[in-house]
Amino acid sequence: MKLRWIGLGALLVLGLIAPFFVYPVFLMKALCFALFACAFNLLLGYTGLLSFGHAAFFGTAGYVTGYAVKVLGVSPGLGILAGTLSAVVLGFIFGNLVIRRQGIYFAMITLALAQLMYFVFLESSFTGGEDGIQGIPRGRLLWVINLEDDRKLYYVVFAIFLFGFLLIRRTIHSPFGQVLKAIRENEPRALSLGYDVNKYKTLAFILSAGLAGLAGSTKAIVFTFVTLTDADWHTSGDVVLMTLLGGMGTVFGPIVGAFSIVTLQNQLADKVGSFVTVIMGGMFIVCVLVFRRGIIGELGALYHRVIGDRQF
Amino acid sequence: MKCKLIGALVGCCLLLAVASVFGQAKPAAGKISDVVKIAVLSDMSGLYSDLGGPGSVVAAQMAVDEFGGKVLGKPIQVISADHQNKADIGADKAREWYDKDGVDMIIDVPSSGVALAVSKVANEKHRIFIVSGAGSTRLTNEDCNPYTIHYTYDTYATGTATGRAVVEHGGKTWFFVTADYAFGHSLQDDTANAVKAAGGQVLGSVLHPLNASDFSSVLLQAQASNAQVIGLANAGGDMINSIKTAAEFGINKKQTLAGLLVFISDVNALGLQATQGMYAATAYYWDLNDESRKFGKAYEAKTKKMPTMVHAGVYSATLSYLKAIQAAGTDDADAVMKKLKDMTINDAIFKDGKIRADGRMVHEFYLFQVKSPGESKYPWDYYKLVSTIPADQAFQPLSASRCPLIKK
Amino acid sequence: MIEAAPRRRGAALFQPDHHMRGIFGIPTAALFGQLVLGLVNGCFYAMLSLGLSIIFGMLNIINFAHGAMYMMGAVFTWIALAQFGIGYWWSLLLVPLVIGIFGIIIERTLLRPLYKLDNLYGLLLTFGLALVIEGLFRYRYGVSGLPYSIPESFQGALNLGFMFLPKYRAWVVVASLLVCISTWLVIERTPIGAYLRAGTENSQLVQAFGINVPAMITITYGVGVGLAGLAGVLAAPATQISPLMGSNLIIVVFAVVVIGGMSSILGSIVTGLGLGLIEGMTKVFYSQASDTVVFFIMAVVLLVRPAGLFGKER
Repeated sequence: MKLRWIGLGALLVLGLIAPFFVYPVFLMKALCFALFACAFNLLLGYTGLLSFGHAAFFGTAGYVTGYAVKVLGVSPGLGILAGTLSAVVLGFIFGNLVIRRQGIYFAMITLALAQLMYFVFLESSFTGGEDGIQGIPRGRLLWVINLEDDRKLYYVVFAIFLFGFLLIRRTIHSPFGQVLKAIRENEPRALSLGYDVNKYKTLAFILSAGLAGLAGSTKAIVFTFVTLTDADWHTSGDVVLMTLLGGMGTVFGPIVGAFSIVTLQNQLADKVGSFVTVIMGGMFIVCVLVFRRGIIGELGALYHRVIGDRQF
Repeated sequence: MKCKLIGALVGCCLLLAVASVFGQAKPAAGKISDVVKIAVLSDMSGLYSDLGGPGSVVAAQMAVDEFGGKVLGKPIQVISADHQNKADIGADKAREWYDKDGVDMIIDVPSSGVALAVSKVANEKHRIFIVSGAGSTRLTNEDCNPYTIHYTYDTYATGTATGRAVVEHGGKTWFFVTADYAFGHSLQDDTANAVKAAGGQVLGSVLHPLNASDFSSVLLQAQASNAQVIGLANAGGDMINSIKTAAEFGINKKQTLAGLLVFISDVNALGLQATQGMYAATAYYWDLNDESRKFGKAYEAKTKKMPTMVHAGVYSATLSYLKAIQAAGTDDADAVMKKLKDMTINDAIFKDGKIRADGRMVHEFYLFQVKSPGESKYPWDYYKLVSTIPADQAFQPLSASRCPLIKK
Repeated sequence: MIEAAPRRRGAALFQPDHHMRGIFGIPTAALFGQLVLGLVNGCFYAMLSLGLSIIFGMLNIINFAHGAMYMMGAVFTWIALAQFGIGYWWSLLLVPLVIGIFGIIIERTLLRPLYKLDNLYGLLLTFGLALVIEGLFRYRYGVSGLPYSIPESFQGALNLGFMFLPKYRAWVVVASLLVCISTWLVIERTPIGAYLRAGTENSQLVQAFGINVPAMITITYGVGVGLAGLAGVLAAPATQISPLMGSNLIIVVFAVVVIGGMSSILGSIVTGLGLGLIEGMTKVFYSQASDTVVFFIMAVVLLVRPAGLFGKER
């Protein structure tokens, strides 16, 4: 119990002082992906559904936000809201299409649906195709906070991240979340207990999609552009790795995973070029073979062995 | 728990308010930083890596070495990165370079999509960005800004020169095969305008993705149009593959393939047999005169290949930039930019070059034709000169510019 | 400014010659030309989804690395010629063998520990494997493509009247149909194939009969990726050999397998070829949809017939 609050406290403190020590744009990128990974973890770690197409929500929300803010002149706050909403709608549509499938089939279908969205974006004129939507003005939030300033924008992004993170945490520790965990553990048993399993899974899917969209919308404002990379299946793969590495089914795992991967990509991209892909792939293999609980998972297991407290 | 959630949110907002006081530390408007950093951003391993890529880094370093390695007593450093032709990677890198690493000038970028994105970053950060590799005329029209210079060539220059020449030699009906991004569209538009102005006719066009793996489908469509000329509005690896596929399908027997942006690296890759007779409009050819030969041979000594106009442009632009710093007495972007737009550029590559208010560097342009295998007497002897286009005709006139910086 | 019509990828905006009205206003030549090209693409889809189906049927693993194996086949063919002077015909034989052996090693070392776990881990592992292979080749060879010229016996083109079909592409169609049909025959009509199919349905029982099921599994994986490698060899002279060629294709192949029925050999072949033809037709009539049509069809099939066109509910 205490650990939970220590973890949250540490997160808060670190988050508040970080931009004075580390390049804010890097931190914001990591936070967006951390939110993305947390949203993904809700589906994978807590409901047991591996979606390989989450980039579709990330990218859709980004494009909608970018278009709204740049072309329609909407304020960034409303733009982010619009983007998130579009991800929720897409999540609803996809969710109802795929929720009856399980396991491998579920993964493959989400992947293919995401690829469908990718090609829709490639062809549409409003997305700018290969060029993407560039030069999205950051504008002012609530008329007073000038988002052009990196540091101010950082605190806004941190606030958004905390909102998403706390929402997920609240969901996990609620009765709804318990049912999700039951479904992950043994779906037929949950069904036999009388739960409408499909409804719960669909809701989890939509929630996960919406928060992934929130992450995508925020990223669009931070980087002032959206490109096809955001909807590419490699991005879906990235977020799977972040969750796997950090620890599936743990609360803080995805955050650790996201920060690790973003740091890795940042530091190594210059030095080793496309070898980064090899390292990411290698990490996948290692995680699947010997490190399935991820960083936080392993730390947690270590802690239990040493101290023997309740679970995270 | 709900209270805690709201409480956390409120707390964040309060922090935001407090944080609003702490703005970003403004960089000191000092005289000159300790190191003058020039960053070469290029496609290091992809379809444009031969016309730009590592060669551009070599060219920049050659300019720095020739200048003496120091300016105003401060050392000059050349760094580089790969943008992989992705606008997000390029713009991220540019932002980080300008913000964190104190880069003073970014150069090259042989991808119009990336160049457009980076130019926006340069404008935001008030730092200089010199484009040698990219071609889209949008850089000096709709998307112009006071910190971006379009140095070596653009799609207007090459498209107009080539389009006009082909129409005059009988190629009246055209069909375009176009790379589907900023550069391809720009090249198609500029060439089509020139074709129509010369009395030709555009029958249609087809788009293909950048770095496409298979051109057979689009080329079949080009064939079905029965146009006399198939205009290739693409470059580098894409153009090479279009030509190869067209040969495979026998399309070049009845229709002429017109490369609208041809680099000497392409001719080298395809060979004279496949490219003979093609027009190449370019800003630089190594065998043009004594000075260009000197640069060419020096570059070849380092890389075993002759430089393309992109490499030559990087060399010349770096030299000009360093001269401008010297003249301005500081590396502050605004002062250096002013000097760049005031000076006349005279070096081994360009004579009487001038940078206009819209960022366009205007200079002489040359129309070459690729020699047949029999006409070529020594390695890299690929081109014969057809005509020299004076600076005021080669590029889009300032009066037609859509750049907001130009006061009409 | 040029035409006001919005740009459409792959769409030829032109006024067809009056003499060539053809079908629905599209010149016949253009239509048949695209169909033929589509058929060639379809052959690759068929061969790749064939291998994927076989592996899924036997191992219950989606081999994400299939695209990477295909790419390796093409690159090895190039290396064989450039580095060792081994020509095309020998490559057709040797490269799939090399890839197959590589596959066997992978199966033994990396995949075997995962059989007792949820098969999603297999997907994740092969995904990581695909990244590693693609990254290594990308690191070594860049992305701009390696040239491989068409073998002399196939140079030149056949004049089909409405188009010139390069002889090499005609050979691709013939070769892949041969491979697909013989694979289908082996699996459906021979004793080995029978053991394989039995092992798919009930491996414990088959093992009780004394058949070495783990060995069958290993060999199946080897054969599956060997087929991918063979597709790569066939692709080398026809398309750009690039480290990215696998990842561009793999998701389409997944969709083909899902549409055809996850472990159905016949389903893979028929769907693969059919999809190639449909894509070709789409290019002529509504070309910006040609990339999306496969996923659209997949969504429809899943709603109407979740097990796939030829599949059985597992």
